[in-house]
Amino acid sequence: MSTPAKGAPGFFSSQNKRSEINEWRLMLSNEKEGVRKDAVKKVIAAMTVGKDVQMLFSDVVKCVQTNNIELKKLVYLYIMNYAKTQPDLAILAVNTFEKDATHPNPLIRGLAVRTMGCIRVGKIVEYLADPLRRAIKDKDPYVRKTSAVAIAKLFDIDKQMAIEQGFIESLHELLTDPNPMVVANAVKALSEIAENSEQVTLDFTPDIIRTLGAALNECTEWGQVFILDALSTYNPRDEKEALEISDRVVPRLQHANSAVVLSSVKVILRMMRWVGNADEVKNLSKKMSAPLVTLLSSEPEIQYVALRNIDLIVQRRPGILAKDIKMFFCKYNDPIYVKLEKLEIMIKLASERNIDTVLLEFKEYATEVDVEFVRRSVRAIGRCAIKLERAAQKCIDVLLDLILTKVNYVVQEAIIVIKDIFRRYPNRYEKIIGTLCANLETLDEPEAKASMIWIIGEYAGNIENADELLEIFVETFHDETPQVQLQLLTATMKLFLRRPEVTQDLVKQVLKLCTDESENPDLRDRGYVYWRLLLSDPAAAKNIVLAEKPVISDDTSTLPKNILDDLINHIATLSSVYHKSPELFVSDYKKKSSTLPNRSPSPPPSQSNQDVFGTSQQQLPPPTTTTNKSTDLLGGLDELLGGITTTAPIPTSRQSHPSDDPFGLDSMMMPDSNYQQSSSSPMVKSIPKNLLLSAQKGQGLEIYGAVVNQQGSIKYSLSLSNQSQQTLTGFAVKFNQNCWGLAPTGPLNCPALYPGQTENVMLPLGRQSQANTTKKNNILQVAIKTPQFPQPVYFQDKFNMTVLFENHGKLGEQDFLNAWGSLPDELATELVPTQPGWNKEDVRGVLAGHNVFYVANHSDQTAVNYYYSAKFVFDGQEYVVVMELMFPNGSNRFNLSVKIADMTFAAVISENISSLLLQ
Amino acid sequence: MISAVLILNARGHVLISRAYRDDVDPRSIASAFRSQIIATKVSDRSPVKTVGSVSFMFVRYEEMFLLAVTKLNSNASLVFEFLYKLIEILKAYFDGKLTEESLRENFSLVYELLDEIVDFGYPQNCEAQVLKSIITQGGMKDVKPHELSQRLKEMTGAVSWRKDGLKYRKNEVFLDVVESVNMLMSAKGSVLSSDVSGKILMKCYLSGMPECKFGLNDKLMLAAEKRKGSGRKSYKEIDIDDTNFHQCVKLGNYEQDRTISFTPPDGEFELMRYRITDNIVPPFRLLSPIVREVSKTRLEVQVTVRSVFNNRLFGKNVVVKIPCPKNTAKCKIHVASGKAKYKAETSAMHWSIKRFPGDTEFSLSAEVELISSTLEAKKWSRPPISLEFQVPMFTASGLHVRFLKVYEKSNYQAIKWVRYVTQAGSYENRI
Repeated sequence: MSTPAKGAPGFFSSQNKRSEINEWRLMLSNEKEGVRKDAVKKVIAAMTVGKDVQMLFSDVVKCVQTNNIELKKLVYLYIMNYAKTQPDLAILAVNTFEKDATHPNPLIRGLAVRTMGCIRVGKIVEYLADPLRRAIKDKDPYVRKTSAVAIAKLFDIDKQMAIEQGFIESLHELLTDPNPMVVANAVKALSEIAENSEQVTLDFTPDIIRTLGAALNECTEWGQVFILDALSTYNPRDEKEALEISDRVVPRLQHANSAVVLSSVKVILRMMRWVGNADEVKNLSKKMSAPLVTLLSSEPEIQYVALRNIDLIVQRRPGILAKDIKMFFCKYNDPIYVKLEKLEIMIKLASERNIDTVLLEFKEYATEVDVEFVRRSVRAIGRCAIKLERAAQKCIDVLLDLILTKVNYVVQEAIIVIKDIFRRYPNRYEKIIGTLCANLETLDEPEAKASMIWIIGEYAGNIENADELLEIFVETFHDETPQVQLQLLTATMKLFLRRPEVTQDLVKQVLKLCTDESENPDLRDRGYVYWRLLLSDPAAAKNIVLAEKPVISDDTSTLPKNILDDLINHIATLSSVYHKSPELFVSDYKKKSSTLPNRSPSPPPSQSNQDVFGTSQQQLPPPTTTTNKSTDLLGGLDELLGGITTTAPIPTSRQSHPSDDPFGLDSMMMPDSNYQQSSSSPMVKSIPKNLLLSAQKGQGLEIYGAVVNQQGSIKYSLSLSNQSQQTLTGFAVKFNQNCWGLAPTGPLNCPALYPGQTENVMLPLGRQSQANTTKKNNILQVAIKTPQFPQPVYFQDKFNMTVLFENHGKLGEQDFLNAWGSLPDELATELVPTQPGWNKEDVRGVLAGHNVFYVANHSDQTAVNYYYSAKFVFDGQEYVVVMELMFPNGSNRFNLSVKIADMTFAAVISENISSLLLQ
Repeated sequence: MISAVLILNARGHVLISRAYRDDVDPRSIASAFRSQIIATKVSDRSPVKTVGSVSFMFVRYEEMFLLAVTKLNSNASLVFEFLYKLIEILKAYFDGKLTEESLRENFSLVYELLDEIVDFGYPQNCEAQVLKSIITQGGMKDVKPHELSQRLKEMTGAVSWRKDGLKYRKNEVFLDVVESVNMLMSAKGSVLSSDVSGKILMKCYLSGMPECKFGLNDKLMLAAEKRKGSGRKSYKEIDIDDTNFHQCVKLGNYEQDRTISFTPPDGEFELMRYRITDNIVPPFRLLSPIVREVSKTRLEVQVTVRSVFNNRLFGKNVVVKIPCPKNTAKCKIHVASGKAKYKAETSAMHWSIKRFPGDTEFSLSAEVELISSTLEAKKWSRPPISLEFQVPMFTASGLHVRFLKVYEKSNYQAIKWVRYVTQAGSYENRI
């Protein structure tokens, strides 16, 4: 055969190609097997570099009739690649597959079953079932181990068929196969199927657990990981079984493969939850610590995964590596991602005992080349100061040393953390301010400037030339970022309130800059607030602006408990690397109960409100208008306005992936999160009135009513109806003391009621500061009297608690997540129906009408979750309520989960909210 | 699990790819990898990255990326372990050289391997020794059915790492104890951290299915033997922090009474790894090194290295790397022994001493001239001085092989060889 293309390279490339194809076609039908093999190789080489060779499909498929395994594999590879685009042609190969599936050579049988499963063409699936069924029973373990995986493939193509044809049961049977590799593949296939399907669950019996334990000793390293990962989802029956499983797994900690080690740790940590015996727990913890440290001598990428996991483990069990901090010292040549993680763990392991060594390390790191690493090291020093009160002075000394190096970014970072230290330990270290002020001119980053200005403002009383210092910044006011401008405004205010005599001009200048010359609404607003405060009540201004700020706290264990629990269940996986739950980055992750935080409904608050009403009548205080919470609100103003005062921007481990959104906010928060604005929705439903007092009990007076919230003022909407034979006049009302301090703030303005007449009245209610907060419920006990009654009539009403919700109860997404994470276990309801015909928007509208605010939603394959927040004040304290409404797909019923710091409210809130949605 | 495996060159062009699942397309994966990971330099700052719903995990090897992608919450440590295993397998097939070229030349073999070692994204048997019995470059021509099913049993069996029916005329075992000493010294000369990570490498040329037993002077192992009354000689005991074993070692037995028993794979393998932190004798010390920045253009360096092992032993290929600022113009170096030279590509003076006897000291003194720059140069970060060395027949931890017993049905006598060497791991002295 000639090679015609040789002489004219590149000229007629399409022609060239055609001749090449023709040449291969001829070769493919050559009678010599060697030639055919070379041809297939050439075709596949072309395929690898992206050339289109599918026109040769039938020619290549013909070559499959061979006993040469290498050639067969190449043909199969080609078929797999093109079957999707050439389904009709792929059918041509079916015959071969079926034949090969009964080939005497087990390698070929395995190959046929394996390849068939990879051809995702509907038609092929029909032909797959029989060979697969045979393969499951094959006498050769190689074929059986392949068949287990093929079932997972089949399930991925056609779930229904896989279930109906009994392949899931076959997988269960393969779990007891004598060959360990068959067992391992079956476990893996079954685990993955269960993860992606509602219909299949991974219910291991104790017998199966024992079989798996036995296979663990014999199968390949990957098989061990498969088995361990499956074991880590198992709930043992009791402590004894938990210990048995741990004992079987402990030897795996010595395995050379880090995946085996980490998965073993995962199993042991899970089993430890069932172990009550403190000695056993200690013993198991001890066994894990050395192997975890050993992971640090593996390849950098593996170290990275290990370090991210160790970070989680030390948050759960801080003692486990307490003595090994030196092993986490950074080596000069560690890759940056390893160094940053080691740093994070060093902070977590830092204690008063080892702080001297640790600080020396951090100081050393602060001189390295990588700017991010240097900055994080400097921050680490600050975080240690905040974490360890007694070491704070030492940390500050190191920071001051670093400031003396005059390296620009080191100085700026140091100032930012020192500001945090001041926030943690107010009025303790102000001696060092002088040193800080000496570095004013080197600051060029907004955060550092803002921090410095905050420090100057906060300690304006102690800094003699504070006004001069601030003036430096005022000169360049317009060039600064809003962050710096806001800070400068507040700092100037603080200074003015402390030393009004000398700084009048400055404060005027700054207020003018902020209000007249600034385009930034936040800045203007804050400027006006201050200005008016100064004009109306300078004393109040002082109270507000110079109010004491809450102390910030240690943030080294940043993950909330239930998220940490969830992540620990996912040790070694991507989830544990990102510190993110899998549903936040895996597109169709099925929410399995095993991965959810425990939803243990707390019993509803006892409602023994048979309070003897009569005795407390004298206690009814006179109705007064209350000032509500105004003092509190103002007290927190500086908090709101002072800018920096929101928890200090200390980087957490999450920031190692600036572009990774740690909690998957992207996927969770929809762009319409400011939906709240559309409260003009026509759906705002009022709370229906209930029968409060029947005519029978009320001496002929029948009362329907409900507590409602009208634009922020709480009213009792009552409907009084006179069923008696006499005219009723001169109504008076009194409330028994209740936990909310709710009481009428005006008289019950009801005209005379003739027999048979009904009148609607609004009784204004207010919150008094005195309240009997011992019983937390939503019950009002009311007495009504008229001169016509020999004695007052009494009724009690369970009002809808949402009327007490504040109109500023909307949380930001991050705040919501923080709240959700930090609050105790939620109270979840069963499925509750909504009003027929309502869609999710309607629900949102209705709830917004009741000060229950939409925060975000998150949908997955099975359900849509809506997140709502609300706030109310109880006993002088503000409570945040966070809620999750989960609508399973296609249903207008929902599960409501409520979280609140005081769970006694949860049942009432959940009931009340459900009632809003079904009227 | 793994949706696809790709091997790409440094620019992100695909050398070979294999998709195991339908949820990804290798071509778009490769282009996402180029634009999202190589171009953005993420590749230097994290080995894991999720873009959209696809998670990339990659390792680098000789100007290549080995990349695995997944759309599930896969086991990340398993994926990385697998990628390293893949390197090992390919090296085993290509005579130790995994390069772009060797991949291109053997693409059909690589496809065949990728098909065998992973199924639907689940790693299968990855032991190169065993794979070689069913995947050969020359094709399997004359394999009898009986023999084939035997090989497949090895693929899946309990002893997946060893073929049956091996025969050697001379039954030999070679043990290499290789210790890497990691040490970090402060500028003031105190040891900040030191540990030994050791490996015991084995080369086995043994017939049949031998059962081996192996003993070290491990404190706990000796204690266990004493309890059983079998410990006879007294040894210097050492405290091993942690051990990892090759999968052939019966971990259950080890957990029980610290005996290390196993049926070894044929040929060369890593039997165990261990880590020791107590009572380490670092073989070399730098005696208060001085690197003084005399002026903006001049540096004075004075370094003395001392060997702290028995004078009958000697260190080999000792290299002391003394970092210099990037703007170094010239180094005037005086050394008493060995050769020293400034190397611009590492910005360091490399002082190498081929043979360094025990219990001796050598010194280097140097004057470094710097190019004065008009820019206000960033302060020099003063990287640590690092050491490389090998000391044969010495273990920094004091670890010592007490015995290696080989039992086999045919009762042959195996010849055993043991070598020790201590080398530098990360051996740094801050200045």
